[in-house]
Amino acid sequence: MITTQRSHTGGGGLQSPRSPSSQPPFLSVSVTDPAKMGNGVQAYISYKVITKTNFPDYQGPEKIVIRRYTDFVWLRDCLFKKYKGIFIPPLPEKSTVEKFRFSAEFIEMRRQALDSFVNRIALHHELQHSEDLRTFLQADEQTMERARSQDTGIFKRKPADLMQIFRDVQSKVSDVVLGKEKPVEETNPEYEKLKRYIFELEDHLAEAQKHAYRLVKRHRELGQSLSDFGKAIKLLGACEGDALGTAFSELGAKSEMLSIKLQREAHHLLMNFEEPLKDYVRAVQSIKGTIGERANAFRQQCELSETIKLKEIDLNKLRLTRSEKMLDAEHEYEELKADGEEATRRFETIVKLMNEEIIRFQDEKTQDMGLAFHEFAKGQARLANGIADAWRSLIPKLDALTLSSS
Amino acid sequence: MMGSENQGFEEAQLYASREEMESLVLDDDDNNNNNNDNNSSSRSNGGANGDGSQHHHPLSSSLPFAEIPTTDDDDPLLSSPSTHKSPNAFNSFLEPPSYADAVFRSFDGDHGKQINGHGVVSTSSPSSSSDYLKISVTDPQKDQDLKNSLVPGGNTFVTYLITTWTNLPEFNGTEFSVRRRFKDVVTLSDRLSDSYRGFFIPLRPDKSVVESQVMQKQEFVEQRRMALEKYLRKLAAHPVIRRSEELRVFLQVQGKLPLMKTTDVASRMLDGAVKLPKQLFGESVVSAAVDPNEVSQPAKGGRDLLRIFKELRQSVTNDWGETKPPVVEEDKEFLEKKKKLQDFELELSNVSQQAESLVKAQQDIGETLGQLGLAFVKLTKFESEEAMFNSQKVRAADMKNVATSAVKASRLYRELNAQTVKHLDKLHEYLGVMLAVNNAYADRSNALLTVQTLLSELSNLNSRIEKLEAAASKIFGGDRSRVRKLEELKETMRVTDEAKNCAIREYERIKENNKNELNRLDKERHDDFFGMLKGFVVNQVSIL
Repeated sequence: MITTQRSHTGGGGLQSPRSPSSQPPFLSVSVTDPAKMGNGVQAYISYKVITKTNFPDYQGPEKIVIRRYTDFVWLRDCLFKKYKGIFIPPLPEKSTVEKFRFSAEFIEMRRQALDSFVNRIALHHELQHSEDLRTFLQADEQTMERARSQDTGIFKRKPADLMQIFRDVQSKVSDVVLGKEKPVEETNPEYEKLKRYIFELEDHLAEAQKHAYRLVKRHRELGQSLSDFGKAIKLLGACEGDALGTAFSELGAKSEMLSIKLQREAHHLLMNFEEPLKDYVRAVQSIKGTIGERANAFRQQCELSETIKLKEIDLNKLRLTRSEKMLDAEHEYEELKADGEEATRRFETIVKLMNEEIIRFQDEKTQDMGLAFHEFAKGQARLANGIADAWRSLIPKLDALTLSSS
Repeated sequence: MMGSENQGFEEAQLYASREEMESLVLDDDDNNNNNNDNNSSSRSNGGANGDGSQHHHPLSSSLPFAEIPTTDDDDPLLSSPSTHKSPNAFNSFLEPPSYADAVFRSFDGDHGKQINGHGVVSTSSPSSSSDYLKISVTDPQKDQDLKNSLVPGGNTFVTYLITTWTNLPEFNGTEFSVRRRFKDVVTLSDRLSDSYRGFFIPLRPDKSVVESQVMQKQEFVEQRRMALEKYLRKLAAHPVIRRSEELRVFLQVQGKLPLMKTTDVASRMLDGAVKLPKQLFGESVVSAAVDPNEVSQPAKGGRDLLRIFKELRQSVTNDWGETKPPVVEEDKEFLEKKKKLQDFELELSNVSQQAESLVKAQQDIGETLGQLGLAFVKLTKFESEEAMFNSQKVRAADMKNVATSAVKASRLYRELNAQTVKHLDKLHEYLGVMLAVNNAYADRSNALLTVQTLLSELSNLNSRIEKLEAAASKIFGGDRSRVRKLEELKETMRVTDEAKNCAIREYERIKENNKNELNRLDKERHDDFFGMLKGFVVNQVSIL
């Protein structure tokens, strides 16, 4: 079919010279329509994932598939493995409380988070070309299930990976034995600064998010209070009768109305302020994962270079003695050198990517938080005005009743 | 004429704080109008309605503190002062209507029918400026009780400077101060309860023995000072009690408080124990009868043991006996009102609880907003310090804005809450008033019980006399001792009859007091609550 040249320019600017449409390529995804499937313990929520695109590898202008949470997890793990150095967008957490799992609020929060997850991937200039993404967005459910069960967990690793794990453990043990307890780390001061920044940022954000969540709860509590107060005042009004009674019942009615406003605002606050903050926290945690990968890559590189050095010494020894093992050793040496270059390349890619990513990340977060703050301010102002208006409308009524009663 | 001033009044009050409302004094016009009302002899609804527009201060005339203008008032129903020890007697020669007057003036015409048929004419004209009685409690000082030198350095107590400003005629002077201690306040309160049975007397502050030990001395003294001030001001606001001799003496007489101290239970028990044998086995049967003078007081625990026994027996008969007691609570209106007030009390305490939770919720939300703001301030600082990219600076600026507004909002919420507490406090006040009401009801039932007891005794005595007479008539000439016994019995009966009449009068008096107080309470509550609702609402509007 139509082959395209994949140039990795920033911002997803893919222009195929032979593409019939002059439209710039786009990939837009939305996650909607959560639906409960199955029964009892095995019940889960499925989501409709709608893809609209003109990417050449994708089917049609629009495609709809059904996915569940574990599918998203699979996608994230794939991307994390294959795109080391890039800050993979965060996923919402698994829910730990059983009761809460199917509450409308939780489902909505999760849907929102999944939607932004996929969208962020789709808009990332590198990640959007991932094959796993394509599988996720296009494959039918059977294929998806197969893919999912294939790549889950650390138990299904390729042999090479297993060897790597062995070697890691080996070197760790030898480190300890040889008294080298500290893991090998970069000594790049700027990178150190970045790491410190990320770790501290997480703490600050977590605190802010905690207070934001509490604020949501307080709104709910105030709403409940107003409702109870309104009811009680109405009852008191019933005792009084005539004008005073009417006054009381008017106040009670207003109070109950305001309670509804407050509940609504609490929900708005949750979705548009607290959730973005939580998302921010998750993103920072994802970055920590990437930091870990970079550390791994660095360590591998160091170890390999150590091993190469040792091997070189060995080889030279063998060369001198002209042993028959020399050929094998040379062979191994060449292999090791290739591995070493590979490791170095991998590490350097990660470094380069991270430098780009951090800029992208800061920009993205400024935008996201700007929006969240805006919503916060808007919501609070709307609430305050609503409350003031409601009470204000009561004043002339109270005046009239006071006059009529005396 | 009145209308425009009305407007001004109302608007001023709309935005004035509660304190300002309290100190507003009704102006001359109001009084002149009231004079006109007084001089008209018709108390009919029509007359009242005609004047409706003139004394039409919905908010101002309802000021709950001490501003209802009164002429000489008093227990208006006290027609025979002789048998009463109560110091109200000094006012009883004036024509009564004053209290009823005060009630009428604040009412609209349709409540006029609740005033009894006393004449309207007041013989003394009110002072040209409206009456006020303002009290303040200040300057707590430690003092020592030197009498009790057994305990060295012991027995210190605190005295408070009580300053009064007034232009009421029975006080000699317009401004004066005395020093009083808490014990004096207790005495005052007890004497008032004795003299004003049936009235809704505000409750005095607690003795709080435990708290005085536990709290810090200064804090406790300050708390008590405030409570005392509130209490005295409430007394001054009550249209009848503010004119009482007890209060005047308390506020004005220097040195030791000349009110009879409440004897504590122990000494009363002693007195009672001494009297009892005399009463039971005494020389004359007559002394077994209840002293008519004492009937106007409730039976005091300890002292009037015999009387307490008799009344207790009567109450048991009432509850378990087959026959109805001779006099019962018949006033249907009263019973209806009582039920209504009970419902009201229930709902009131419910609302009061909810109001408390509301206040707490408001406080919480303010607090959390503040904390959120602080967290963002910290974040802002962090981002600005470590900023490596421009986007961070932008974000930091955004965050700072959010932080400052959150902190500001938090402060506003705190203020809102402080005001809300003041307004909704009215609810709590009324819970206290309900307690006073219950006390008044208790007075009433006690008096009724006394009446019932005496009536039973009378019928008892009667039957004994009859029996004796029947027996004596059979024997010619009669038994000397029997004749003597008969005479004694007749004498006892006469005394008891007198006592019964006293008791009945007392009961009626209390009933009337109850009624008037209920009316007053209704009206005051009405206006208080309106004020409260308005205040609450306006407060919310202005802060939000």
